Amino acid sequence: MSKIIVDEQYLEIIEGTNLLQACLENNIYIPNLCYLKERKEKNASCRLCFVEIEGMPKPVTSCTLDVEDGMVVRTDTPAVRRLQRTAFQLLMSVHEVDCAHCPANKKCELQKIARFLKLGLKPKGLDHSLRELETDHDHPFLEYFPHRCVLCGKCIYVCKKRNGRPYLTFAGRGLDTQISFFGDKDPLKLPCAECLACTLICPVAAIIAKTDT
Amino acid sequence: MLKLKNREALNNFRNNILSKHQEKDKKLISLCAGSGCGAYGTEKVYQTLTEELAKHNLQDEVEIKLTGCHGFCEKGPIMVIHPEGIFYPQVKETHIPNIVEKTIKNGEIDKSLAFKDHITKKKIFHEEDIPFYKLQQRIIFGNNGMIDPTSIKDYISVDGYTALDKVLFEMTPDEIIDEIRKSGLRGRGGGGFPTAVKWDSCRKHEGERYVICNADEGDPGAYMDRSLLEGNPHSILEGMLIAARAIGSNQGYIYVRHEYPLAVKNIETAINQAREIGLLGKNILHSDFDFDIHISRGGGAFVCGESTALMASLEGNPGRPRAKYVHTVEKGFRQSPSLLNNVETWTNVPVIINKGADWYSRIGTEKSKGTKIFSLVGKVVNTGLVEVPMGTSLRTIIFDIGGGIPKKKEFKAVQTGGPSGGCIPKEFLDLGVDFDELAKVGSIMGSGGMIVMDQDTCMVDVARYFLDFLKEESCGQCNPCREGIKQMLAILTDICKGNGKEGDIELLEEIGGMLQKFSLCGLGTSAPNPVLSTIRYFREEYEAHIRDKKCPAGVCKPLFHYEIDPKACKGCQACAKKCPEKAITGEKKKTHILDRQKCIKCGICYDICKFNAIIIR
Repeated sequence: MSKIIVDEQYLEIIEGTNLLQACLENNIYIPNLCYLKERKEKNASCRLCFVEIEGMPKPVTSCTLDVEDGMVVRTDTPAVRRLQRTAFQLLMSVHEVDCAHCPANKKCELQKIARFLKLGLKPKGLDHSLRELETDHDHPFLEYFPHRCVLCGKCIYVCKKRNGRPYLTFAGRGLDTQISFFGDKDPLKLPCAECLACTLICPVAAIIAKTDT
Repeated sequence: MLKLKNREALNNFRNNILSKHQEKDKKLISLCAGSGCGAYGTEKVYQTLTEELAKHNLQDEVEIKLTGCHGFCEKGPIMVIHPEGIFYPQVKETHIPNIVEKTIKNGEIDKSLAFKDHITKKKIFHEEDIPFYKLQQRIIFGNNGMIDPTSIKDYISVDGYTALDKVLFEMTPDEIIDEIRKSGLRGRGGGGFPTAVKWDSCRKHEGERYVICNADEGDPGAYMDRSLLEGNPHSILEGMLIAARAIGSNQGYIYVRHEYPLAVKNIETAINQAREIGLLGKNILHSDFDFDIHISRGGGAFVCGESTALMASLEGNPGRPRAKYVHTVEKGFRQSPSLLNNVETWTNVPVIINKGADWYSRIGTEKSKGTKIFSLVGKVVNTGLVEVPMGTSLRTIIFDIGGGIPKKKEFKAVQTGGPSGGCIPKEFLDLGVDFDELAKVGSIMGSGGMIVMDQDTCMVDVARYFLDFLKEESCGQCNPCREGIKQMLAILTDICKGNGKEGDIELLEEIGGMLQKFSLCGLGTSAPNPVLSTIRYFREEYEAHIRDKKCPAGVCKPLFHYEIDPKACKGCQACAKKCPEKAITGEKKKTHILDRQKCIKCGICYDICKFNAIIIR
């Protein structure tokens, strides 16, 4: 067991546990979107789960660190909060805020993070522009909403895990990056109708089952 | 070609080549066939030269060598006649009869074709006397002008593969790494990480180890790696072989841009020749050491120069970086320990082994050893590739070697390190360029790009331009880089259009600071450099755009207009004749008038006026 201190709380954690995981399991919330416990290679792409650790020169992403004995962690410093707010606002600069018509309303990760960081959902001072494609109806069982998507990649991971191969992938580059379906479109050959793992894991209802629309 | 079975065979092979060279004591014409000179017409010059020599029955007495890049690209195609070192710039087919008649047959120099120095206006006849070359120290680049890159014999004749011979038979892996450590070599790809530390930690990780060459040179305006690949490919192979021996690897990859066709061709030829002669493959020179190298061609994504993205692309996956909490020396290509170095780094390795770490570490500064090749481009008289010791001042590079700024304009800034480098203003011209000094002033070494800017450059527009490039090159994976670059670009575009607001500078600093420290990979962390460095040194220019709605450099069209200074105007009509919109009128020897309604601000009058009578307001 490793003894660590997080925000003045003494914790005993199994050595080698992921730091973000350890905090979440001990009811210390750190905003995050792309973290998945079972995924070995962490994406570290949402850039929200910053913490400060004694002895390290600048904030670090907690999802890419393992617990080490004697670690002194702070999750709520001004530097951390400032980073999280900027990162969150950047995410919201391409998000369509229409909660009333969104199936994720009230269980949305973005709403939760905004509340936690005491921020509005609409970013201030930033250019608000949405991706070109509003909805992708291409898939026989699923609907994809690029204007909601935060590109966390969880859907791709669970799809691959459940079905042995992914039916989803990142497509495009830079600002045009989105989730895309690929492979056979024949409904009989797709496992999607019974699976729907992607819709369950999506933190913002960017992928939903056609039957839910 | 015979396979070289052991080190004696390699030595005999070299001695054989050298004795043939000495026997004949031929005149040698070195003609640059690099991409730059090639575009200026080396091919035609070569053909005419071959024909002309045959006409005079000199084909057996004079050898023509098509070499790689000589560096002085501004003056291509370049011809150097050895052993005297007579230098002819910008050679055309029509010059050839004279050159053959005068220089080759009679040993005279054709003064009308000789190089004229921009500053002293004097003619200079020999390569070694030209200021552009004189102040350089070309330990890496020097052989480019001497050897035919498609001939392994040429490389062997200039002591090529002697370093490999030495490490195979006289040094242990520990001694090799120790020598590199003592030399102080740091990675030339941009990060400046100590090379020996990387090699050593890769060696300590178990698994099938890979040696990889990063030849994905993607900075606009930088082409030193290309010139090494094109001009001296065997030196890269030799560097990789030495590292492979040191860390215990049997397989290497060169990840090179598909857009570099000549580089790909020459490195391919070099690999085939090395295999044929037994310097790549199984049991090299009977030393029990196996190593082979494969080429992988990249599709041209800027981000693939980042180590983890490069390795992903090499595996056939999309070129996206990953978080580097596990280093590539432990788990890189195919989840195996992988040693990645840049082209220029690899070419330094044989030099260090041959000449020794003591010799090498005397060159450069305390913490940055050796030389660095810069590609000097932009508003500078002598554009080209420049190799100087680390610590050489910007002033020496830009003014002494580069010949200063053309058209008597003022130097304004130099951007080092490619699109994500910072802009350094004139108060730092005496800065000795090395990894640490550049970092101190908010820029980076990068791969060695150096873009010189003159007084007519708008620094806000420069920042906007580079972010526009980077926006296209962001892989789209991590939030700060993907959305942050876009946001900064939107703000900069607004400022350039005259729609800047109070608070824009602070917002740029906020987003830029976030990107710089907390993006996932090097592309994101360096992307704000052009913005943050221009704010740091040219804040007043940003303020002029935002508060006064003025672009002092006269670049952002909505924010300036041209006027004619009646005191300076001589009434020469040069501007009136060239104006495409007929916006300038006036009689000869009388002050002209510019109609602002008609003017489209194309800048032709501004450039053409010899009396500085067109002014920016």
